[in-house]
Amino acid sequence: MANSTGEVILSVDNLVKHFPITQGILFKKKIGAVQAVDGVSFELHRGETLGIVGESGCGKSTLAKLLMRLEHPTAGRAVLNGRDIFKLSGGELRRLRRNVQMVMQDPYTSLNPRKTVGDIIGEPFEIHTEVAPRGDRQRRVQELLELVGLNPEHINRYPHQFSGGQRQRIGIARALALKPEIIVCDEPVSALDVSIQAQVVNLLEKLQDELKLSYIFIAHDLSVVRHISDRVGVMYLGKIVEIGTEEEIYERPTHPYTQALLSAVPVPDPDARAHRDVIRLEGDVPSPANPPSGCRFRTRCWKAQEKCALEEPLLIRRAVEPHPSACHFAELKHVVA
Amino acid sequence: MQVETARPVGRHLLEVRDLFVEFHTRDGEAKVINGVSYHLDPGETLAVLGESGSGKSVTAQAIMGILDMPPARIPSGQILYNGEDLLAMPEEKRRAIRGSEISMIFQDALSALNPVFSVGWQISETLRVRTGMSKADALKRAAELMDLVKIPAAKARIKDYPHQFSGGMRQRVMIAMALAMDPKVLIADEPTTALDVTVQAQIMDLLADLRRDLNMGMILITHDLGVVADVADRIAVMYAGRIIEHADVHAIYKQPAHPYTEGLISSIPRLNSKGQELATIKGLPPNLMRLPSGCKYHPRCPYMQQPICTDVVPPALDLGGGRTSACHFAKEMLDGQLHR
Repeated sequence: MANSTGEVILSVDNLVKHFPITQGILFKKKIGAVQAVDGVSFELHRGETLGIVGESGCGKSTLAKLLMRLEHPTAGRAVLNGRDIFKLSGGELRRLRRNVQMVMQDPYTSLNPRKTVGDIIGEPFEIHTEVAPRGDRQRRVQELLELVGLNPEHINRYPHQFSGGQRQRIGIARALALKPEIIVCDEPVSALDVSIQAQVVNLLEKLQDELKLSYIFIAHDLSVVRHISDRVGVMYLGKIVEIGTEEEIYERPTHPYTQALLSAVPVPDPDARAHRDVIRLEGDVPSPANPPSGCRFRTRCWKAQEKCALEEPLLIRRAVEPHPSACHFAELKHVVA
Repeated sequence: MQVETARPVGRHLLEVRDLFVEFHTRDGEAKVINGVSYHLDPGETLAVLGESGSGKSVTAQAIMGILDMPPARIPSGQILYNGEDLLAMPEEKRRAIRGSEISMIFQDALSALNPVFSVGWQISETLRVRTGMSKADALKRAAELMDLVKIPAAKARIKDYPHQFSGGMRQRVMIAMALAMDPKVLIADEPTTALDVTVQAQIMDLLADLRRDLNMGMILITHDLGVVADVADRIAVMYAGRIIEHADVHAIYKQPAHPYTEGLISSIPRLNSKGQELATIKGLPPNLMRLPSGCKYHPRCPYMQQPICTDVVPPALDLGGGRTSACHFAKEMLDGQLHR
């Protein structure tokens, strides 16, 4: 929570990932590119949670994969502890992998059904032998199980013997095994029921406090992101359109997309029905293979003018508000009921 | 709400009475529905709220008659549609009701639509089979239906295949299909769970408009407390195959009369919960093979009192105004006299 020491731990600079679209079987010809992530920059501080929100196809999961180095970027840098993570190889890359870990969305498919919980959580130690010597592993795994609120005696059970929330705890324990500094959480609670979701969110917050972790928390549920995040970035079609502290984004949004997104979230209060001012967006998100010119949001924006098609708005501070917003016509609008 | 004139007093459009459903599995009987009763009138929205495994979808499938039997079995209960028991009528008669009087939309439109037929063909299929409409007329009607659910350029897109539509548009196609025969009851099983928030808002708007314009009764099955607060008239909260609380939407959010409802509502992150731990419901939903004795919620309930909660199944207590709660201490809860 608000205990970040201010020190920048990860600095992402103009990160780009284009997936080529090819035609032909023998002689593959590149005929276009899906611009999944297109110029994303942000900084992550030690001990803080950066929330990334956006609709499907906005590139938030590709961003996660890039930061995990599961994908290689088309351009851009990500500097972790003074080194560009995309230039690392060999032993250095292995150390990076220890430092940045991931919690996946679906606890049903991200755990190997044929392995026991002990094997799943202990597997990172096979590669990173220096973290836990062989004889010490079982004890370490049991410590991790206890840390995430599972019974250490269940070390020999299989994933199917656990419920969804418990499986997500196993996934978290696996991510913690190598004592990382950063955990990328890609929709960690969206597959869980409401009552279980709260348990996992609480666990993530507790672990952050105890272990001084930094989180990149990717989700589409805006109220969960607000609860857990210190700062929030809003993505649309491969770009961050607005970024700021949790309060700036939710209380004083200036980008029309952020405003529309926030206003569309159903409020769990039937009395708010009458005086809720929902901004209805027309149509769907355009294809990232062929994004609109200028501002990418202009095809669905009620404020769009000629300038929006010609000139791409930069993510900079606008006159109305001190936090960066990528809109030519940024203005304040209070939308949360 | 519009007034239905010819309706006898006390008779609802659709009424589920004391329904039980069991699934026969290798490990024994799973008691999935344990005495569910609810009713629906024209033009209203009943939200059935519950977590996975609470039996909310199975009840809907029983109403539609699309439960796989076996393994499912309905040992007792009635499902009355306009006063006639669907479970007692011959299959042929029931077939005539399914899809035309009562129809259903599902969560995942991509897997509910057939990928190898055009959407126009799929929407018009019902019309051709049910009313004997000609192919050309049925296609024309399909285009009208696509218009009704606000698919842009409906005429041009009638020959498109499901994969050519976005998630939200596919959901609209499925809604068009469900509306083909002018149903009186529309069951929407998690219709927006797979969609993004801005698209979810579009689809929920559409469903609300259609329900009003066509004066349908709608059963909205969901786990999302936000969506429910937005559209429902009444809420039935399900837990372990029972309706544990049934009330008007405003009443239930103001003061829940069942500890489980209270737990659910307080576990949503809110503005003022920032920086604090979220309230949680301890433990896990029960195993349907080995349901707890007494109140099914007692192992997780913060107000549990022995021996009444552990030994006696709480009846659905009438709290007046159509509100019921299956908690021994419902009245105390409503009065704010229950303490942990």
